[in-house]
Amino acid sequence: MKPGAVISEPGSTVRNRTGGWRVFRPVFDMKRCIDCGNCWIFCPECCVSRSEEGEYSANLDYCKGCGICANECPTEAISMELEEK
Amino acid sequence: MREMLHGSKAVAKAVKLCDVDVVAAYPITPQTPIVEYIAQMVADGELRAEYIMVESEHTAMSACIGASATGARTFTATSSQGLAYMHEVLWIASGMRLPIVMVNANRALSAPINIWNDQSDSMAERDSGWVQIYVETNQEALDSVIQAYRIAEDREVLLPVMVCMDGFVLTHTMEPVDVPPKEEVDRFLPPFEPEVKLDPEEPVTMGALGEPQWYMEFRKQQDVAMERALHKVKEVDAEFSRVFGRGYGVLEEYGDDDAEVVLLTLGSLAGTIKDVVDGQENVRLVRLRLFRPLPEEDIAEALRGASVVGVLEKDIALGLGEGALCTEVKKLCYDYGIDARVLSFVCGLGGRDVRMEDVEHAIQVCRQAARGEKVNRTTWLGLREVAP
Ligand code: SF4
Ligand code: SF4
Repeated sequence: MKPGAVISEPGSTVRNRTGGWRVFRPVFDMKRCIDCGNCWIFCPECCVSRSEEGEYSANLDYCKGCGICANECPTEAISMELEEK
Repeated sequence: MREMLHGSKAVAKAVKLCDVDVVAAYPITPQTPIVEYIAQMVADGELRAEYIMVESEHTAMSACIGASATGARTFTATSSQGLAYMHEVLWIASGMRLPIVMVNANRALSAPINIWNDQSDSMAERDSGWVQIYVETNQEALDSVIQAYRIAEDREVLLPVMVCMDGFVLTHTMEPVDVPPKEEVDRFLPPFEPEVKLDPEEPVTMGALGEPQWYMEFRKQQDVAMERALHKVKEVDAEFSRVFGRGYGVLEEYGDDDAEVVLLTLGSLAGTIKDVVDGQENVRLVRLRLFRPLPEEDIAEALRGASVVGVLEKDIALGLGEGALCTEVKKLCYDYGIDARVLSFVCGLGGRDVRMEDVEHAIQVCRQAARGEKVNRTTWLGLREVAP
């Protein structure tokens, strides 16, 4: 514990899996996707990725379910669905 | 070299002697001359420092935090509303353990608007994790700024330090001040070299989230650092007095050694009280210099033999009906088993002059209490008689 709560290990925040906060999960419908990249650029957790085939998905370890991606998607390709565990 | 200096200029000279790297400040009466003198020194090339003009005190402190985190020695000064405006960032400076030094030119808080001296402003920040030193003279202001960097930057401490000096009474008054030679100050105060700092070569994160499972431990670390600061203040002052021939301790006693009435105060008011004590018997003054951390053991020792303690202070804890220091003295009397009556004397608010007659009146009330007569627990000195 360094005085002043200094974190000397860069990038250690990835250990904080914010996915645990989620109530709604984004579900991507790739048939509607026009590959605009809005979800990728607007996601505050930077957890949306695009595969080589142009498929978008969210890393659910970090997706906190805020719904910004769904809101920004121009074609309503993303729906927010209630997590049921 | 002995010079006739305003308190504000004495502080500016201390800042220069300490080779401060970054000064960020916003003007506010009666602090303004301090940063004006410093700005002049930087403009004239006398002090090689970065002078950051900001749009508020909140930003002044924020800039100091950023600069200090990179390992720069930083300084700022403020007063009253400016200190209040810094409030939330004061906690960030102390929580991040940054050794920033600030001079607070004590001034009353609004409303009503008032630019004159009292100590309500710094009293309101007593729990913010800053070391607080109250000075009596311009010489002590200069010396305390130099000491402050040694205390703050010590790796056992790493806490910000606030040097409190009475606005106008000291900032705008001339006194002879011995300005020590630069080489001696350089020997006393080595350059600031923090163990960790913001450095692209070795990246770290400062000011991150502290979740419930860790937050308390960091607060405890600060509390321990405060305990260490108490020893460090004494140690640094002792060394200062060996090198420069002037020392102050954490408190100063003046007057009868075995007096039954002991007065306690902070800051420049001690000057007036000493003059009164000179003409009286069976009374002693304790001028408290270090208020945070509160040197309870030293105060308890200084109150020895007292049957009545009168605390004269320029602040009022509204809703408690007495001065803030008075409450703390009562608390330490309980802890140390001191069986003395502790009376509050609220005085000098908003620049009201505290005259020798007012101090004499306080002593008289204390003597009445010592004789077992009934007295009020709080007396407002020099108050007009007006309908509430
Ligand atoms: S719901 Fe929020 S966090 Fe999750 S992918 Fe969409 S924008 Fe990112
Ligand atoms: S915002 Fe919608 S359309 Fe655009 S890339 Fe993301 S899913 Fe596809």
